[in-house]
Amino acid sequence: MAIAPDTRALTTRDAGPRARRAPSSQIPGSSRNAYWLYLVPGLALLAVIIVIPLVWNVYLTFTDYRGIRPPEWIGLDNWIELAGDSVFWTSFGNSIAMIVAMVVVPTLLGLVLAAMLFDLIGKKFGGKLASFLRATYYLPQILPAVIAAIVIGWILRPQNGALNQMLEAVGLGALQQNWLGDPDTALPSIMVIMIWVQLGYPIVIFMAALQRVDPELYEAAELDGANWFQRFQAITVGIIRPEIFVVTLTCTIAALKVFGPIYALTGGGPGTATIVPAYYAYSEFFQSQQVGYGATIATALTVVIAAVSVVFILVQNRVEQKEESR
Amino acid sequence: MSAVLDEATATLDASVEEPKPARPGRGGSRRKTAGDWIVLLVAILLGLLIAVPFLLILVNSFKSPADYNTSGPLTLPTSLYFDGITAFWERVDFPQKLGNSVFISGLVAVFAVLLSMLNAFALGIGRVKGRLWIVVVILLANMLPQEVLLYPLYFMFKEVGLYDSQWAVIIIFTVIQSAFGTYLLASVYGTFPKELLEAASLDGASRWQILWRVVYPISRPTLSVLLIFFFIWTWNEFLIPLTFLVSNDTQTVPVAITVLQGDRLMDVTTTSASALLGLIPTLVFFLIFQRTLTRGITAGAVK
Repeated sequence: MAIAPDTRALTTRDAGPRARRAPSSQIPGSSRNAYWLYLVPGLALLAVIIVIPLVWNVYLTFTDYRGIRPPEWIGLDNWIELAGDSVFWTSFGNSIAMIVAMVVVPTLLGLVLAAMLFDLIGKKFGGKLASFLRATYYLPQILPAVIAAIVIGWILRPQNGALNQMLEAVGLGALQQNWLGDPDTALPSIMVIMIWVQLGYPIVIFMAALQRVDPELYEAAELDGANWFQRFQAITVGIIRPEIFVVTLTCTIAALKVFGPIYALTGGGPGTATIVPAYYAYSEFFQSQQVGYGATIATALTVVIAAVSVVFILVQNRVEQKEESR
Repeated sequence: MSAVLDEATATLDASVEEPKPARPGRGGSRRKTAGDWIVLLVAILLGLLIAVPFLLILVNSFKSPADYNTSGPLTLPTSLYFDGITAFWERVDFPQKLGNSVFISGLVAVFAVLLSMLNAFALGIGRVKGRLWIVVVILLANMLPQEVLLYPLYFMFKEVGLYDSQWAVIIIFTVIQSAFGTYLLASVYGTFPKELLEAASLDGASRWQILWRVVYPISRPTLSVLLIFFFIWTWNEFLIPLTFLVSNDTQTVPVAITVLQGDRLMDVTTTSASALLGLIPTLVFFLIFQRTLTRGITAGAVK
């Protein structure tokens, strides 16, 4: 299935003695070195669009650069400033909140909802109804993030916003808030919005994965007297583990990089209540014109994302190997 | 939002498999208990809760500001009011923005699929040396926060005269999207049926011919899924188009809508109308292609 790319195909060598002596391509008689030609356009573009800017950014982290006069070498000053910058640490603290809202809650809730839709509603009330509900849960995902943010911002307006009006309509007027403007409610509001946006993604992926589950396994477990939750734990989670990894990794990268909703909803405010690293870097780059410092924040974020991804992939490989050797 | 998230679209319509008929003697499995109805009710309420913002957009896009001020956001409009939509439509020249978005997203989708295919052919079928690390380096394009690219690419494109050109955006996203495509396709090609490749090579086909006459047709389902992902992901992109498309007539739909926020023209109902217009294209695209995507995924899986 396309959803869970099998990285093992990239790592395992050909079995068999012939392959071990002379590693070759999958096409007999064609040397694998000849294939470098096919990588030329991809790697050339990658070098220009990604690698050069990345290296340039790392260079800028060692300079004082305001965007006009040429960068001035200042050694590690930016990095030292970054280590003591409380806004930077606040932004990473908020990243944790984003991981909770974009990874932890959607994945756990998505697992339960996917199993519920597939297992119970799909089987007892018909596949059509389950598909329809799934499509509804998925709706927020096809909305461009900035447009979603505009709509939500409008719903959460302190004056004549829909949420406050609804609260008043049901007699809970006392709960009315300036949801995004109050430092106490801004971050929780953003978190709820991100859960709303993200929830459909794991549900759809997990439901596709559930189709691999052999119904006979379930029947056997049922006959053994296992209840729904036991079956869910023992069979479902075990079989769709690859998808759980893919969802968790892609959502974690997205949570660490999150920018659009913050830009469109709060601009990191009020104060620094909802600032995230990507937005902090952006504001240093373009609002304060502290390009060197902005590059330092962005580079730190890149290092964190790359490190998290590599650790994650290593753990995934280890778990997979353990499963295979069982 | 990370493009990767929209990956799920592909499987959305893979409709839930109808359960096999219960075996004789175990007919009870279709009986609905009270608990089942409660679960269903919870599921439907959750669906409603998720859909509320969409319903609110729909209701308020057709309301006059005066109507909104007197009766608030929760009631149906007293009379259908199209001025909000037309005002926004004309103000941003919506057809032009739509055209820009289709042009950029369409070309990116085609180029990125081509690039992914060439890369994956070398990595998955050619098995060039060090392919795991090459994939990791290519994936960097996906992991990088996009702010990192803005300043360097701004100077580079200005140097070659592509600043404020849609081609700058097209080139950038071709590279970013093809990173994911390469990752996915390389693993698909890594398990490509060997007999087919051997047969083609016995027939004297060159590598280039094998790529186009064997590998391409067989992996077409996966390629078309990628094509649709790339289109939607690029459509929804924001930061890079915002930075590189400064003049009004090159902008994409999401950028045009966002830039107008805070504008004097944007009263509450016009904001709502702009959101409605912004979500209709992706919604339509999604509805048209969900069938294709299902077929794509299934065909790819059967192989």
